[in-house]
Amino acid sequence: MTPAIVTFWILAVLAVGSAVGLVLRRNPIHGALFLVVHLATLGAFFLQMRAEFLAAAQVIVYAGAIAVLFVFAIMVLIPGREETGPDPLRAQRWLAVPVGGLLLIVLAVMLRSGLFRGAPATRTVPGGVAAIGLELFTDYLYPFEVTSVLLLAALVGVIALTKRRTA
Amino acid sequence: MVPTSWYVGLSAVLFVIGVLGVLVRRNPLVIFMSIEIMLNAANLAFVAFGQQHGSVDGQALVFFVLCVAAAEVAVGLAIIVAIFRLRRRLSVDELSLMRG
Repeated sequence: MTPAIVTFWILAVLAVGSAVGLVLRRNPIHGALFLVVHLATLGAFFLQMRAEFLAAAQVIVYAGAIAVLFVFAIMVLIPGREETGPDPLRAQRWLAVPVGGLLLIVLAVMLRSGLFRGAPATRTVPGGVAAIGLELFTDYLYPFEVTSVLLLAALVGVIALTKRRTA
Repeated sequence: MVPTSWYVGLSAVLFVIGVLGVLVRRNPLVIFMSIEIMLNAANLAFVAFGQQHGSVDGQALVFFVLCVAAAEVAVGLAIIVAIFRLRRRLSVDELSLMRG
């Protein structure tokens, strides 16, 4: 058991536990806090895989901005009442468990098929800002520019959606 | 060094948990958070495969997923807020019509 493997298992238990907590807890605020733990754990995984830039971006964008957005929406909407009443589709919801199990089996078979069993690359992948920046502004320049258009469209769309119509 | 297959296996487990969240929960906010779990599971697999092949492409793709997720959350939450203003309730089972 090398330190890397011990770290992997601790982080894996944290990631799976927080994800299960999000799905099972009834209160959406608890879910949002579990989501923060989950996203931070994923950031730690990125750090372990030497993807430093992504780890930082994960914490800033996901655990920072997106989680705050979720908490803000929960506070605005004051939900929690919709899942207390009787559930008319209870039988259908139990079907989700075998469907999820089936999906897991399919994924496990795919993994066992030896598709991903090649020897890992010998050279380590650079994960700093310099390597990612070089990649983004050479090979991925066009998608990068399209992404900026996407974010602008989302910005305008959100304003249009939430604007109160004045009579 | 942790084997790549462990990361991919963990990613598969996390993805299935996200799918279960989407299928089981009735609150659209929690469904959105489950979608985030699925996106992050895919990100984990991307980075792991990038390490496996010794290329930065996986990390660049994760960067784009991050941007798309940010846009998706913003638009999705705006739609949820608009629905809540209209109906005063939040349950995905009641939202079977596209028209208000």
